[in-house]
Amino acid sequence: MRKKTKGVYASKMKRATHMLFYRRHQKPGVKGWELHKALGADYPKVLEILDDYLKSLDLQVKTVFEEEKTPSGKPSLEELGKARFYITLRGELAPKESKMIGWRIDDLAGLAVAIAHIISKKGQAPRKDVEKLLGEKLPGWKVGFNIDRYIRYGYLQQDDNDQLYLDWRTRAEVDEKALINLLLRSEAQTTLPSEASNEENGEEGVEEQEEEENL
Amino acid sequence: MQAKKEQKRFGREKLQRIIEMCTAIENRTVDPFLLDVDNIIKVVKEYFPQWEEADEFNLDSEAIHHLASVIKLQSEWVKHCSTSLYTDPFLLEEKITQASKEEMLSVFLKAWHPLVELEQLSIHSLAEAMRYWDGLVPLKERWLDLDVQEVAMGTASRDELVQQRVLGDKFFSEELEGYWRELKEKVKEKGVGGKIFYWDFVGADTYEDTVERAFLTSFLITYGYATLEIHPLEEEIFIKPFDKPNTEILTQQSISIPIAVTYESWQKWKRGELY
Repeated sequence: MRKKTKGVYASKMKRATHMLFYRRHQKPGVKGWELHKALGADYPKVLEILDDYLKSLDLQVKTVFEEEKTPSGKPSLEELGKARFYITLRGELAPKESKMIGWRIDDLAGLAVAIAHIISKKGQAPRKDVEKLLGEKLPGWKVGFNIDRYIRYGYLQQDDNDQLYLDWRTRAEVDEKALINLLLRSEAQTTLPSEASNEENGEEGVEEQEEEENL
Repeated sequence: MQAKKEQKRFGREKLQRIIEMCTAIENRTVDPFLLDVDNIIKVVKEYFPQWEEADEFNLDSEAIHHLASVIKLQSEWVKHCSTSLYTDPFLLEEKITQASKEEMLSVFLKAWHPLVELEQLSIHSLAEAMRYWDGLVPLKERWLDLDVQEVAMGTASRDELVQQRVLGDKFFSEELEGYWRELKEKVKEKGVGGKIFYWDFVGADTYEDTVERAFLTSFLITYGYATLEIHPLEEEIFIKPFDKPNTEILTQQSISIPIAVTYESWQKWKRGELY
């Protein structure tokens, strides 16, 4: 009997892995109700087992609740049904590893600045303010281009009044609280001479292509 | 009498300034706490007994309305300050300005957990593709030369074109404006927050009518009569009419948003499963 239960969970775990790793919709991630439909009512348990299994691979099952309403206690089945589930990296990337993802230092730093600024402004900031902030360290032609790219990838969104907000990808990938805390605590300057010199030298075309493929 | 008139004019100017200040705050260009609410209420109270005309009362109520919005913004700000995510924006801005790009990167990488996805062909999808290829009719068979009879060139009147259903019986612009009015009325009736679910507007009793409405809706958006509001995570699409056509849209670079109006989606909408 125990063997049978184990077998059922193993097969559900496989199904969950397929659903979560392979994109089913225009955007990555799977809604709770879809998992419920495919795996049955005990899908939270299946995800728990999968998450535990992914630990050793430094990956995790990430839950993003609807409208950022993270429940204080154990989430209800209804809340889980409306939530979206993703597979994300559990730990941190080393600065050198960020190259593998196909982002330039400038672009990632710009993204960090834009996100931190929007968080500090209560989740909404005029685009021109973000442009001004990025323009202090990035060439003018790149500022607008980068913001448009952050919007395209789903990190930021913009409304008709040119106000910027955080979008679904930031909610899925970025630990907003940790980012702000780390930023406030940061004092010592971390230099990455080899990275920085490589960046200056370019190879942007190749990286752009890699980036398109990765995201 | 003259003095009273002068005082009224002065009061109206003050209310106008209050409204302008409140609007600037609502548009997030000014800090909501820069406004001394008690003082403003005092000013509004002071001039209120002098108002006699309808437009004066209108101005007074407008000022109060905007003031209420500012108080709401102040309350939201206080709520945000009490959350753990609150950080003094000036302190944070200072940190951001001082940090080098390497430092920003190092901090960001500690809080960033990028999504992981796979893209891979499977034997199943390859087999499926092969089956499709086998069943696909060659191009020369699919695109057979049409046997079109050559006819001499001639002229056709507008009435003839309408009769042959090449043109509608109304000018397109008239039809579009009528459709825009219909959208505004529907939003008033069924909409929330000045917008309505896309399918609740384009959906009609028959699939053919639905397609026609979706076609006209695309022109409403392209020509700046309305805009789309898309909530990607919830997979919801709203349509929002403008009060006046936004002609600036025509000069800007636009993007195309494909929305599938398939027979299946129409049936789903009819069953109430689609917005």
